[in-house]
Amino acid sequence: MSGVVVVGASLAGLRAADALARSGYSGGVTLIGDEPHQPYNRPPLSKEALLEEQEFDAIRLRSSAKPGAVSLLTGVGAVSADLGRGLLFLSDGRELAFEGLVAATGLRPRALGIPKPSGGVVVLRTYEDLLRLRAELAGVRDVAIIGAGFIGCELAASLTQLGYRVSVIAPEDVPMLRPLGEELGGALMRHHLQAGVGFGLSRLPVAVEGGERPERVVCNDGSSFDAQLVIEAVGSSANVEWLEGNGLDLSDGVLCDERLRFGGDGRFLAAGDVARFPNLAFDSIPRRVEHWEMAVDTGRYAGKALGRLLTSGEESPAFTPMPAFWSDQFELRIQSFGMPGLVTDPGQIRVLEGDLDGEVVVGYHREDTLVGVVLVGFPQNHMKYRTAVSESLAAGVAPA
Amino acid sequence: MKVIVDLNKCNDHGQCVYSAPEVFSLNGRGELSFRDEAKDLYVSDELDESLRDALEEAADICPMQAIEIEG
Repeated sequence: MSGVVVVGASLAGLRAADALARSGYSGGVTLIGDEPHQPYNRPPLSKEALLEEQEFDAIRLRSSAKPGAVSLLTGVGAVSADLGRGLLFLSDGRELAFEGLVAATGLRPRALGIPKPSGGVVVLRTYEDLLRLRAELAGVRDVAIIGAGFIGCELAASLTQLGYRVSVIAPEDVPMLRPLGEELGGALMRHHLQAGVGFGLSRLPVAVEGGERPERVVCNDGSSFDAQLVIEAVGSSANVEWLEGNGLDLSDGVLCDERLRFGGDGRFLAAGDVARFPNLAFDSIPRRVEHWEMAVDTGRYAGKALGRLLTSGEESPAFTPMPAFWSDQFELRIQSFGMPGLVTDPGQIRVLEGDLDGEVVVGYHREDTLVGVVLVGFPQNHMKYRTAVSESLAAGVAPA
Repeated sequence: MKVIVDLNKCNDHGQCVYSAPEVFSLNGRGELSFRDEAKDLYVSDELDESLRDALEEAADICPMQAIEIEG
């Protein structure tokens, strides 16, 4: 048994490997990833990297470990793992022995099972996806984006700014409904509409028609949208198949405890989008959190906790981070703290400051507790509302 | 140890402020306060070693990867 292997050369994986290397652990850290690249930053793919045609170097993530402290293997995936024996089986036929493992294999985008042409239908998750998207945009005038979540809406904003005619098609009544709620989603939709984005909401696409390339997207209400390029932004599934056979709950990511450990063993931790864990600052329900900041926080925690366990045998305190995410759409900065998505009752979602047609702060309440805030604008107030959420969670009641 | 911030990359997300409030702060307009004293690149004075963990966290959590630690 030797060393720690971090599976997934993602943001979470890199931060875990860095934290391990910095923890004083001397058994060796190997970071493996199936993409051909060094770890890179994904949020710019739908924004700056698309708008400004950034090259790979602009999105490459820096390691904070000493040079040589982390061995990076790229272009190699994990096929399976035998946790009991401490063996990882790689796609190139090699085996890696480990005494500790961090699972940070992330997500892959879903594709819709509807008839579609072989070309001109893309997803966006990786740098290769971005290169494909850029290439496919040549000669295109109309783009249909299927899915009205954050990635769909960011792409709609970026592509509209680049001069394409964009339609967003989704079953919900407003974009970003699940994370933000009806009112704020509606307000942001009005902003997109004013900027020229088209919406085909409350309907499902049933086919992408065309020859070798798309011509239109046809929906279940008979409507159709011209599109020479279709982007599917309809969610994702967790890359956990390689962990099968170890008696783990892999029904939605990797089920972890409040210390990000899985399989009831402190030597195995998960980080990033695959980690389904309870955040005891909120409640004891395990959830996956697909935020960029959470990838950093889980990665750092997992690396530090594993390093500590392997060097001193000590357990770490429970992982209770303050979730945060942002989204840039047109000139709008949307910033969230806490877990607004926990609140679905519209009566518990209230404007705290400003108004929905301009800068606004929306509060999301569960009983009397402020569990999340979303700010559109008001950059000078981020700290105040982040503090309000953490104080309310700590007290279990909303601030007066 | 010094901290260097690329103010052209920085997008005023403010995540650094939560990690290392001893070093980073936002001004009244919600911008990184170093913008008031530097233009393209902010280079700090020599900082105390006790801040290293906090600064490393700030560098890790910067969405624009605009923060570097030197030394």
